[in-house]
Amino acid sequence: MEFALIFKILLITIVFVITLVVAMYSTLAERKVAAFLQDRIGPNRAGPFGLLQPLADGVKFFFKEEIIPTHSNKWLFILGPCLAMLTAGMTSAVLPWGDVINIDGVDYMLQGTDINIGILYIFGVTSIGVYGIMIGGWASNNKFSLLGAIRASSQMISYELAMGLSMIAIVMMSGTLSVREIVEQQDGFNWNIWYQPVGFIIFLICSLAETNRAPFDLPECETELVGGYHTEYSSMKLGFYLFSEYINMFISCGVIAAVYFGGYNFPFMHDLGLSDNAVAILGVVAFFAKIIFGIFFFMWIRWTLPRFRYDQLMKLGWQYLIPLAILNVLITGAVMIFTK
Amino acid sequence: MKALTNRSKMVSNKELTFMESLYFPAIIKGMMITISHLFTRKATISYPEVQREFAPVYRGKHVLKRDAKGAENCTACGLCAVACPAEAITMTAAERKKGEEALYREEKYAAVYEINMLRCIFCGLCEEACPKEAIFLTDEIVKTSYERKDFIYGKDKLVESLDKRIDITKRQNKY
Repeated sequence: MEFALIFKILLITIVFVITLVVAMYSTLAERKVAAFLQDRIGPNRAGPFGLLQPLADGVKFFFKEEIIPTHSNKWLFILGPCLAMLTAGMTSAVLPWGDVINIDGVDYMLQGTDINIGILYIFGVTSIGVYGIMIGGWASNNKFSLLGAIRASSQMISYELAMGLSMIAIVMMSGTLSVREIVEQQDGFNWNIWYQPVGFIIFLICSLAETNRAPFDLPECETELVGGYHTEYSSMKLGFYLFSEYINMFISCGVIAAVYFGGYNFPFMHDLGLSDNAVAILGVVAFFAKIIFGIFFFMWIRWTLPRFRYDQLMKLGWQYLIPLAILNVLITGAVMIFTK
Repeated sequence: MKALTNRSKMVSNKELTFMESLYFPAIIKGMMITISHLFTRKATISYPEVQREFAPVYRGKHVLKRDAKGAENCTACGLCAVACPAEAITMTAAERKKGEEALYREEKYAAVYEINMLRCIFCGLCEEACPKEAIFLTDEIVKTSYERKDFIYGKDKLVESLDKRIDITKRQNKY
């Protein structure tokens, strides 16, 4: 019992550290990918291949002057980035990082916690995430920040609907809200994306919008809004906002990998003749490979597509994605009835 | 109006077809273009380690040449200063004393010779004006500095050192 507790604490710590490290190196990867897609080399001065660049950026953020505008609401101004960071770090609790590992006849689950409403939890936490942006933008007492915050919140609310509806089709198919059970049902190469391609595309678009990534990065939109909701922020508070975006990206790639790409399942996992533990560890590697490809895909999209206009964004969300998602749910239901 | 090139395209405001309004084919096409750039040769030159080759006629920092015996060619005639469109060159002439024949080639020499590198536009008119083949522009770069006064190059920086002669054959006038 006690060992189980220690294992869980260790696991949560490791997951948290991995989340932070991945988010840290996403900042470097973003710049590297951007550079490579534009025929450049990217940061390569700090350490070999620029590997110490995130560290240098972090240190720089710490030593920057901290400015809190006089007319801002001080407590809300501080609360904003804290909330953004907190909610970004919370989602990883329900993601199953790997299958069960058996040590001395006791099974250890490679997951923070397997709650039976995991999907709802993810949606709940990500929708709290908008408060971080909204509070920060409002408390700044700056019209650009406020506009950015308004855009962020309205965008996130409208895209959450389509996201939820595309997820409902998955929930209907699998009959469970637990993320682990959804992953377990996609054994081997039996991934959900083969059954729900339309749902996947809707979910992908919505997660781009949820994480405020290009082409839906209207909340920060440098060309129109200076810096959007974080115009007034400086020092580590700005760092938290930027960092939470990358954590969100990591987590949403994790959710996509778990729900649509079979999580820790990989093709021929039972035909390799390896022990269960080895397969579980390989599964963790597979899961991370999927996540990392997802992050690369997000960056790839960002450096390809131009930003949407705000009305186009709203039109896409309400007039195309939501009806399409509802249609997807209907068709899924119809197919389920006729094939039973 | 006649088009200047054959690359111009007519702009049209036609409605998008159904396939176009889906955007996906266009997005995938765009993404294929960007991913292909991932594997192309990078245009970046990592500057301090890799240096680009200068053109043979590159005009950089000036040098005041010495002749084969090591005496300074410059006679402080002032033609370079007159030719200089940016008025970057100033000099003070002096008469050669006895015993200085090894230092200066002719009876008159420049006691002070200064080029303000912030004024200089590196046009090369000074070397064109020089009748004594004393001043040349080299392929060296004028170094940066925080102080304005550091950019006024005196003889200490301009005259070539005896043990490190600068090759200016590429810039020698052939006519």
